[in-house]
Amino acid sequence: MAFVARRLAAALLLLGVLSVLTYALLALAPGDPEQVLLGPRPSTAESRAAVRAQYHLDDPLPVRYAAWLGDAVRGDFGASLYSREPVTRVIADRLPVTAGLAGYAIVLTLAVGLPAGLAAAMRRGGPLDRGITLSALVALAIPPFAMSILLLYGFAVTLGWFPVFGAGETFAERVTHLTLPAIALATGQAAVVVRQMRAAALDLAGQDYMTFARARGVGRAHYWIGYALRNTALPVLTVGGLLLAANLTGALFVERAFGLHGVGELLVSAVGQKDLPVVQALVLMGGAVVVAVNLLIDLAYLAVDPRVRHGAVAA
Amino acid sequence: MLETRGLRVVGDRVLVDGVDLAVAAGETVGLVGESGSGKSLTARALVGLLPRGLRAEGSVEVGGAQIVGAAERLLRGVRGRRISLLMQDPFTMLNPLRTAGAHIAETLPGRTSRQEIARRLAEVGIDDPAVAGRHPFQLSGGMRQRVALAAALAGDPDLLVADEPTTALDATTQHEILALLRRVQEARGMGVLLITHDLRVAFAVCDRVAVMYAGRVVEQGPGAELAAAPAHPYTSGLLGALPSVERAMERLVGIPGAVPRADEVAGVCAFATRCDRVTAACTAARPPLRPIGRDRLTACVHDTAGPAGTARPPLPETALPTAPPVLRTAPPVLRTAPPAVCPAGPAGDEPLLRVEGLRKRYGAHTALGGVSLHVNPGETVGLVGESGSGKTTLARSVLGLLTPDGGRIRLTGLDVTDRAALGPRERARVHRLVQCVFQDPSTSLNPAMTVGAALAEATARAAPGDRIGVAELLELVGLPAAYAARRPKALSGGERQRVAIARALAVRPALLICDEPVASLDVSVQAHVLELLRGIGRDLGTGMLFITHDLAVVRQVAARTVVLLKGAVVEEGTTSAVLDAPAHDYTRRLVAAVR
Repeated sequence: MAFVARRLAAALLLLGVLSVLTYALLALAPGDPEQVLLGPRPSTAESRAAVRAQYHLDDPLPVRYAAWLGDAVRGDFGASLYSREPVTRVIADRLPVTAGLAGYAIVLTLAVGLPAGLAAAMRRGGPLDRGITLSALVALAIPPFAMSILLLYGFAVTLGWFPVFGAGETFAERVTHLTLPAIALATGQAAVVVRQMRAAALDLAGQDYMTFARARGVGRAHYWIGYALRNTALPVLTVGGLLLAANLTGALFVERAFGLHGVGELLVSAVGQKDLPVVQALVLMGGAVVVAVNLLIDLAYLAVDPRVRHGAVAA
Repeated sequence: MLETRGLRVVGDRVLVDGVDLAVAAGETVGLVGESGSGKSLTARALVGLLPRGLRAEGSVEVGGAQIVGAAERLLRGVRGRRISLLMQDPFTMLNPLRTAGAHIAETLPGRTSRQEIARRLAEVGIDDPAVAGRHPFQLSGGMRQRVALAAALAGDPDLLVADEPTTALDATTQHEILALLRRVQEARGMGVLLITHDLRVAFAVCDRVAVMYAGRVVEQGPGAELAAAPAHPYTSGLLGALPSVERAMERLVGIPGAVPRADEVAGVCAFATRCDRVTAACTAARPPLRPIGRDRLTACVHDTAGPAGTARPPLPETALPTAPPVLRTAPPVLRTAPPAVCPAGPAGDEPLLRVEGLRKRYGAHTALGGVSLHVNPGETVGLVGESGSGKTTLARSVLGLLTPDGGRIRLTGLDVTDRAALGPRERARVHRLVQCVFQDPSTSLNPAMTVGAALAEATARAAPGDRIGVAELLELVGLPAAYAARRPKALSGGERQRVAIARALAVRPALLICDEPVASLDVSVQAHVLELLRGIGRDLGTGMLFITHDLAVVRQVAARTVVLLKGAVVEEGTTSAVLDAPAHDYTRRLVAAVR
């Protein structure tokens, strides 16, 4: 369990560094901090004094940072300069859409990417492999926003199968609303997973233990699931996790294209409005998501690979 | 039970060309051959698992079922239950993510129970049922091979094909696994096809032995008779090339030339180009396997041998390929005893290399626990030990590739324990004092560099005015000067090792560290390389620390032998004393394992 402890400590350290950088955003922003924190409000002597008091701007920097961090840890990032609502509530409003989109996209990515990559590796050099590899390359070359427009035009406007705009209210509506965005997001990512999976499976196919398994008459299902899938799981898990983290924080092109009020969209508008507390919270949240996903990947390694579990190899 | 008729393995070209084999229940048949003979492909063809792009032709019948061209669905029913394959490397054969028990359980017929798995483990000599819950990386090589054997036998096959099952193991473990294989085979009344490059192993365990060469079987017969009276010049050549563990041979005799490609010799005797008795009949047509007495078959057209008793010497004198002539006519500059090259030569009776109390730990593992040894100028010292004994750590310490935790290493009196502490001039001097030949020449030579470039690069590090030309170096190791333009890929294993030796000699080192230099070479090639190294020691006066696991090799090359066990020297003395009258228990076991 030293492994888990080490990883947790590393994750905490990483978050600490990230919080310092995030707080530095305020100091680095052009203009006085009062001016920045006042945002669109009129700048009068009273309002400036109020802001100075509210944000303890007269205290030395480390004290200010400590106070900010103390609030942040308790989930208080202050109020949005724009909407005056607590930052946490602003983000909480947006999170379900983004989380739904990210989850949906990752399910599609794995559902398509894993079998396609495996199939390509098994038919190495054949027409199927060439087809899959080429499709993956094309999918990788189309940026998500271009894909979004193609999908919108084809399936929403021309065919009318899917809604064009918004995120829907009920669960069923949510699914239909998020289908096209999820596909747009998943296309390029599935291509990445295909390539990962193909490489991992090719590497696997050359392993003696795969031949030995067949030579002993191991059953077909067991060969594919117990051997092929499980042994390729680790590299693919790593990529899948990183893609999920990217989806949770940076699906902004797709959110924009489909008019989804998600986290990515929030980040873009917050930056545009110089809404510093929101930006700080989002940056910190994004970092926390990446750190958390990496921690989960490490735990998955622990579950899948006994060598890591027993500390036989340095992870 | 197993019968192959005219088995061919074909890819872009023919790789295995007409193998007829039969294995009956309760019989152990050996299939012997050097690398490239097609023996492993034959094994793969028997279970229908040829690598991509290769296909089998002819007929392979296992318990009445035809394997060649059979559908995967049918093969799945045959594999594991009728015929099973045990592979070479226990370190790669088991799935690293699955436990030993899971490997056995996945092909057990019927319901699996803890008791059944424990019983299967006990069958292969593992009495601790807890092993079932261990993962491969937690087990030693020998244990892994036992687990793999239990897994291969889990489906109760009638026939086991064992492809070099002991090659990756230490000598004492090899012995145990072979004995185990024999015991299990007898208990089950199972047929075994043992594929090996090791003639001694084949003769020791097999009822019948088939010798493969260039994709075909050239001789077949009972092991003992084959050993006593080989009926094919290739078999005699192999036997002649085998270094003896019992006595140092005057001259080690390899077979000249290299194994041809199967498709190039389809219509002639495959051995004709390397055979001294070649006549028109040999190249007129391909000699078929013909019976010569009870159970004996040979593909030689000559009456080389009758039944046992009419044996003739392994090879006629004329066939003896001479050691590279250069060694005897070496230019005087090469003959200078190298220790004289270094300015601060050995003072008095200071040995060339002195290692004192060398210690190295890796985490909790002690690689070297205070090892002391010395090598005198011009002397060859054998360093024997199995994997994990610390012999490679010792070599790397002397070469300065790692820094020991304690102890001292002195080269001609110069303290080289910590290379980082040396100045650049001293380091260059040490570089010229000690050089190394590694085990695997296919990875120790840069594939992108021509032989000439690799050698020129090495000679550039020699002391100015002391440089040897590339052509001279090649001549020194018995290769034609034209080889300088070739890349390692275009050379055979033995030739590559010669280049590696030439590269090591380029700076005219006083000490050559040979780390298993012949372990990855075939017997016939091994003899050439050993003879070359012996010549270098004798004629150039180069001192050698010769690391090996093979006692027969030590017997041939080393004047003194040091036996290493778990990072400690357990025995030391003249080679004949150590091998003929081993004092330590471990040395005795080592010697017993090869007898």
